[in-house]
Amino acid sequence: MSDPICRDLSDILRRHHQDPTRLIQILHDVMAVEGWISKTTITELSRALGLPRGQVEGVVGFYSFFLPEPSGQFRVLFSDNITDEHQGSRALLRTLAEALEVEPGQVRADGRVKIGLTSCTGLCDQGPALLVKGRAIGRLTPERLSVIAGLIESNTPIEQWPPDLFHVESHFWRRDLLLSTPCDPGAAMRALEARGSAATMAELGRSDLRGRGGAGFNTAAKWTACAAAPGPERYIVCNADEGEPGTFKDRELLAHYAHQVIEGMTIAARLVSAQRGFLYLRAEYQFLIAPLLAAFAERRSQGLLGPNILGISGFDFDIELHLGAGAYVCGEESALLESLEGKRGIPRNRPPYPVTHGYLNKPTVLNNVETFLAAAQIALHGAEWFCAVGTPKSRGTKILSVAGDVERPGTYEFPFGTTIRAILDEAGAKGVQAVQVSGPAGMLLSASELDRKLAFEDVPSAGSVMAFDQSRDLLGVTQNFVRFFAHESCGFCTPCRVGTTLNRQRMDRIVSGHGTRHDVEDLESVARLMRASSHCGLGHFAANPVVDLLRKFRPKVDRRLASLEVLPSFDLDAALGPARELTGRDDAGAHLSEEGP
Amino acid sequence: MSGKKLRVATTSLAGCFGCHMSLLDIDERLIDLLELVEFDASPLTDKKHPGPCDLALIEGGLCNAENVHVLRELRKQCKILVAVGACAITGGLPAQRNNLDVRDCLRSVYLSGPGLAGGGLIPNDPELPLPLAQVHPLHDVVKVDYFLPGCPPSADAIWQFLTDLLAGRTPALGHGLIHYD
Ligand SMILES: Cc1cc2nc3c(=O)[nH]c(=O)nc-3n(C[C@H](O)[C@H](O)[C@H](O)COP(=O)(O)O)c2cc1C
Ligand code: SF4
Ligand code: SF4
Repeated sequence: MSDPICRDLSDILRRHHQDPTRLIQILHDVMAVEGWISKTTITELSRALGLPRGQVEGVVGFYSFFLPEPSGQFRVLFSDNITDEHQGSRALLRTLAEALEVEPGQVRADGRVKIGLTSCTGLCDQGPALLVKGRAIGRLTPERLSVIAGLIESNTPIEQWPPDLFHVESHFWRRDLLLSTPCDPGAAMRALEARGSAATMAELGRSDLRGRGGAGFNTAAKWTACAAAPGPERYIVCNADEGEPGTFKDRELLAHYAHQVIEGMTIAARLVSAQRGFLYLRAEYQFLIAPLLAAFAERRSQGLLGPNILGISGFDFDIELHLGAGAYVCGEESALLESLEGKRGIPRNRPPYPVTHGYLNKPTVLNNVETFLAAAQIALHGAEWFCAVGTPKSRGTKILSVAGDVERPGTYEFPFGTTIRAILDEAGAKGVQAVQVSGPAGMLLSASELDRKLAFEDVPSAGSVMAFDQSRDLLGVTQNFVRFFAHESCGFCTPCRVGTTLNRQRMDRIVSGHGTRHDVEDLESVARLMRASSHCGLGHFAANPVVDLLRKFRPKVDRRLASLEVLPSFDLDAALGPARELTGRDDAGAHLSEEGP
Repeated sequence: MSGKKLRVATTSLAGCFGCHMSLLDIDERLIDLLELVEFDASPLTDKKHPGPCDLALIEGGLCNAENVHVLRELRKQCKILVAVGACAITGGLPAQRNNLDVRDCLRSVYLSGPGLAGGGLIPNDPELPLPLAQVHPLHDVVKVDYFLPGCPPSADAIWQFLTDLLAGRTPALGHGLIHYD
């Protein structure tokens, strides 16, 4: 096969100042031109960027949106979240594959198209969804798919596809403190200057704001530690990777509250004396790039970003947009920093933590989108205002992505302390069997637990709430989640790399009716091992779906088991089939029974 | 182990006998071992079918129907079944054929291989076991109680494992036996 070099490589390299930390951004540009990344291009990139060739190749291999071989002019990836699955994504995938006469997972003979699956694309409130050439399309129906099939068949450039196909809807069903109180661009920063930096940090401390991205670390403590870390350079990073399946509130915040998020980052920069910031956006949200760049530009023109912010000499801060490339683990803060530096997203050893050793090993504040938004509002309205709602350990509100079997999927802001039942009622959930809070890495609640409260001390959530009604097969839900983790494990450490795959195989076996008591015991022991010895949070949480299913819905699992004994995990007699065929034998010795001698 | 000797069966399925050689490598400790155990069916005794046993040590994975029969018979007869070595645990070296179609393997060995230009014959004698489509580890077919890794496990690892088991301790292979860093 010929191995052409990327046509526009020198332009692309020039655009990115031959900066090796921009490798992932460079590779996105190569993908946009060629649709794949050739060996010759990798060699040339490693030369131009002064990186070992293996490192560039490693990066290409790590991220699922970078392709080391041609994968069709149109690469179509169906979102594989459980909500997509419940909305019929699998049948739709087959419909499209049949319309285009292509086998899923294979490039069509003429090189036109390839169809596959990808992890949740964050359009759960308007699924099923897919990406075509990296661009999101939601609300899939057979009719919309036939339009898509026609456009692919006629080889219509994606830029000429009807824009309404790519329309991303917005559904804010409930706004509370943060989303209903106005915060005009610059207002929170002026409040900071009026109050002073030290007093603002103290205000943030009194608000007891905790990180909204999952771990719930105290934000003022994080910022104070970063400010105290030695050295002249500091960085602010906004984590907009939003990879947890079922979560899309950061998408909505960046689409409709970008100024408040950027304002929060700028306030952080002022308080810790940082001059550069990054917004790390998952590539699935390509549709947010242009609006975000426009918001940056607008703020620069208003003196709210760039040099001498608010006319204050020495208050310099600017933000760059960085794209991820389809790796869930890059939402983990240290993997994200690696990715920002242009490397594979392998989580670092922690400690040291990013506050002292972050981007390029310099002190770095890294927070979730919503955390920055809340910080801006606190700087403007004060701690007392913020603490008026919530619980003593979880102040303020939480912004949620509610999806699944509800009448009104979308974004909701609720005070901490609200019951899960109240949330589901407001979203119009009927006949709830179970609800998954905080995505596959979070917890599964049974219908008898719905009076538990949304709070760090009870049911914490990084954002996602997915409801499953009585018609849903919870084993199928768990199977979807363990498949997700097996796909997203970065492979760096053995407990997670092997454990996630074992979990997937065991769940497949149980769901297909071949499981045994022994499989259940193995699931339990693998879960313990993963939790105790994985390198990062992904591995620590990856067995949660299995553990919760076994703890809360054990009879459902037991009923599905084929036997309490160990049974062969494959069809023994069928495994002799090929040899029978070639030898023409059919005697007793040419067969094996399922149940032993 | 109170007075009574432990009955041990061993067998090699789709393996190379390397694991058995490693067992013999415990050298003079074999004499100590024979104080404690009695071998039932094993290449060491030439007894073909096992009687009731306490322990079965099995090297090699499953590549044909006979392997499956032998393994199931051992599982029926023994209380503790140990998968010894990479082949028993993962399929090991023989599983290299798993990315080939077994039909192509048979054809190229018996029909189109070097020297077979005139055409050969794929043996179809009912005495011969048919190969499985893929080579499988033991735990794909029966419950395995312990896994003793290595290719082969070192004599010291086997010795440690057996003495633990004989003393009623859950076997634990520490530093140097399976961990090297
Ligand atoms: C596997 C994994 C994925 C994560 N994904 C995200 C994410 O998409 N967005 C996010 O804000 N935090 C994510 N986190 C949590 C981050 O590591 C980090 O705690 C958070 O961004 C810190 O910001 P906060 O204090 O504002 O919550 C993830 C953690 C793990 C272990
Ligand atoms: S736990 Fe999983 S994701 Fe985390 S480092 Fe290990 S293999 Fe990678
Ligand atoms: S594990 Fe190694 S030594 Fe043992 S049977 Fe297999 S190849 Fe031979």
